[in-house]
Amino acid sequence: MAEPLLAIEGLEAGYGPAPVLFGVSLTLAPGEVVALLGRNGAGKSTLIKAAMGLLPPRAGRLRFAGQDISGEAPWRIARAGIGYVPEDRRVFPDLTVAENLAVGRRPPREGLPEWTDSRLFALFPPLAPLSRRRAGLLSGGEQQMLAIARTLAGNPRAVLLDEPAEGLAPVLLEPLAGAILEMAKAGVAVLLAEQNLDFAAAVADRAVLLARGAVAFDGPMARVMADASLRESVLGVSA
Amino acid sequence: MEWGFWLAQAVSGLAGASALFLTAAGLTLVFGVCRIVNFAHGSFAMVGAYVAVTLLPPLLAWSPSLSVFLLGAVLSALAVAALGAAVELLLLRRIYRVPELFQLLATFGLVLVIQDGVLQLWGPEDIPGPRAPGLGHGVAILGERIPAYDLFLIAVGPVVLALLTLLLRATRFGLLIQAATRDREMVAALGVNQALLFTGVFALGAFLAGLGGALQVPRIPASGGMDLPIIAEAFVVTVVGGMGSVPGAFLASVLIGLLQAFGILAFPKITLVLVFLVMAAVLMLRPQGLLGRPEPPARGAIEGLAALPPPSPPLRALAVAAILAVAFLSDDYLRKVATEMLVLAIAAFSLGFLIANAGIVSFGHAAFLGAGAYAAALLSVRAGWPMEAALAAGPLFAGTLALLFGAALARMGGIYLAMLTLAFAQITHAVAFQWVELTGGDNGIVGVRPAWWASDRASYLLLAAALVLPAIWALRRVLSAPFGVLLRAARDSEPRALALGLPVVAMRVAAFALAGALAGLGGAVFAFSRGSVDPTLLAIPQSVDLLAMLLLGGVQAVAGPLLGAVALHGLKDAVMPLTDLWRLFLGLAILLLVLAFPRGLAGAWRRA
Ligand SMILES: Nc1ncnc2c1ncn2[C@@H]1O[C@H](COP(=O)(O)OP(=O)(O)OP(=O)(O)O)[C@@H](O)[C@H]1O
Ligand SMILES: [Mg+2]
Repeated sequence: MAEPLLAIEGLEAGYGPAPVLFGVSLTLAPGEVVALLGRNGAGKSTLIKAAMGLLPPRAGRLRFAGQDISGEAPWRIARAGIGYVPEDRRVFPDLTVAENLAVGRRPPREGLPEWTDSRLFALFPPLAPLSRRRAGLLSGGEQQMLAIARTLAGNPRAVLLDEPAEGLAPVLLEPLAGAILEMAKAGVAVLLAEQNLDFAAAVADRAVLLARGAVAFDGPMARVMADASLRESVLGVSA
Repeated sequence: MEWGFWLAQAVSGLAGASALFLTAAGLTLVFGVCRIVNFAHGSFAMVGAYVAVTLLPPLLAWSPSLSVFLLGAVLSALAVAALGAAVELLLLRRIYRVPELFQLLATFGLVLVIQDGVLQLWGPEDIPGPRAPGLGHGVAILGERIPAYDLFLIAVGPVVLALLTLLLRATRFGLLIQAATRDREMVAALGVNQALLFTGVFALGAFLAGLGGALQVPRIPASGGMDLPIIAEAFVVTVVGGMGSVPGAFLASVLIGLLQAFGILAFPKITLVLVFLVMAAVLMLRPQGLLGRPEPPARGAIEGLAALPPPSPPLRALAVAAILAVAFLSDDYLRKVATEMLVLAIAAFSLGFLIANAGIVSFGHAAFLGAGAYAAALLSVRAGWPMEAALAAGPLFAGTLALLFGAALARMGGIYLAMLTLAFAQITHAVAFQWVELTGGDNGIVGVRPAWWASDRASYLLLAAALVLPAIWALRRVLSAPFGVLLRAARDSEPRALALGLPVVAMRVAAFALAGALAGLGGAVFAFSRGSVDPTLLAIPQSVDLLAMLLLGGVQAVAGPLLGAVALHGLKDAVMPLTDLWRLFLGLAILLLVLAFPRGLAGAWRRA
């Protein structure tokens, strides 16, 4: 594996006095898709928020593309090249689809092809005819696509995707998985927090399993799919 | 003739509405993005007016044309924008995370600083502005002479609304403003430099305020007292229009402008009361304002403030001992000071009760202090009531007023309610000031004499203590009774309290009425101690003094309001004789206190 793009080392974070993460370490290489798996409340979203600077880390270091970004403000981390797609999508409801993309737009990065509007609409074809519609009027699936497209418009080197498949109709999962693979092919690294194992297995090369705020497993996704007892003990799923 | 008269009224109202809209639009934009209610926004408009009366005459002497006049107005507004940017960079940036109460106080500190700054720079006299070239004449319509400048101002409102709409929809800055109004954190996570955005929005808001002030000068002279009336009106307009909504601000300012123009015909003395009633009616039907969106439940204006701790007997004994000592061992001056401190203490205490237990921050609490004082004074002097009855009527009247205000508006939470309390107090002040036949106007009511048995200062101090201290202790009882517990539960989580079936709004109204009545008791005691009442008693600065006492003393500690009253009173006595710049001093002190001790002095001591 090459020099990691994102390296999280010994990260501790939490809300108020309660700690949630206890020394989490993981890495993400360019163009790699890593699934971040864990039960409800394991700390997946907390890890992503802390990596994005939305939650001040209490200990540990964050390195991205050779820079130390620990303790930086979210907007600086975003400008360094990390994109964030939140669990609840958080599109700007009063703005149109095109305007949402415009808010996310940032200059292209060296070595990565630019995510122009036309490339984004090619990635998410259902959005193309809706570009002038207010985001508040979109369906849940369309809002999810828009949330990802808006983040990609910032031309990030890595994207932290928090449960994009949650609440989506099964027919939407395959195109979404296709889009994530496409992003990876275009050189974007993806950290995918997910509860849906099959969806994660369809896109991820590697998996990091979180249990009660600590890493319980870090290895090939295939190992997770093959090892029923691992899944049972960490994720509580037997299927 | 009839029609012409009505038209003239409407034109005058709409012209005022235009200037008001500009100022309110700035306030609403700043609130939308920065989530800060800027008390100093009216001060920005005032500075815009002063810069304009300074800048315009030489400019117009150089070239008397309408375009140069407009250029001068825009330059004045730009100067105010620069001031706004500086304020954001030096002050607001440091306090975005402190509780809202302290943010409001800090911006009020700024109001005081700007008031003295303007006084120093431009002197105490009103300065009339030049006429706009080409618009100085009157236009005859339906037999009335309508000032051409008023017609011009009426056109300015929609033009600025159109330009702002264009800015919001067609520029990146505008898109960011709209996005941040909805979700600031997400905007930051997309790589937008929030600090820069906030500074930009604040400068834009200040620009609009400055423009509103500058364009008014041909109609209204620049004067040192214009800031508070402007901010009170702007608060009403933004809340009625819907916080964060520019078209809402436009609609509301037209509504308020027309109400004032026609209200003068129907109720010349109490136009402002009419405005307030209409506002209350609108908000009862649509709490989010005309074009506002329903907000998620407010985070509470006083996040992180704990309730008052349980009673402490030593403090009680100490207070009684101190008062007895002053009554029997000191001189009349000290007895008078002690009486006034008791008055301030109960007013501040009732305010602290409201803030810490009901989560209601009142920026107009002096209105109730003043209402009690005026009721007692009027009944004693004009109706010849005995002192005992007048003293009882003070809290009753103030409590009733608070009950009515609360019943109309207590549904509104946190910051909205805080803004409306300020508007309410401003209106109360205007009534006391303008209804000369009843209230004596500026001179107030004199000759309020205590009964024979309380006419020496020592007896009156004992009487005051006998009324005030039991009232404070009774309030403390209420706090530990189920009512207080439930009130705090509702403060901490309104949805949960509602789900439990608690009558949240009714409890808040009751708390408001109780606090108003206690402040009114203080006011009635004050009227007989001072021997007179005048409008300064219920002016906004008096309300802010009360808040400053809490800030000094802290609302967490039970002794807070007492300590604060003593500290502020002592400070005033020590500083006022030394300098004319009392407001500057107080304003800077408030700013420093907020920056250094965002939890109040008593809080700081307790932590140490
Ligand atoms: N805003 C918050 N304040 C306090 N505690 C929180 C907050 N958000 C999450 N927590 C707690 O932190 C822990 C981890 O939550 P987190 O959201 O990171 O889990 P998650 O793995 O993303 O779960 P899910 O799969 O349900 O999204 C949980 O115990 C949760 O209750
Ligand atoms: Mg989560």
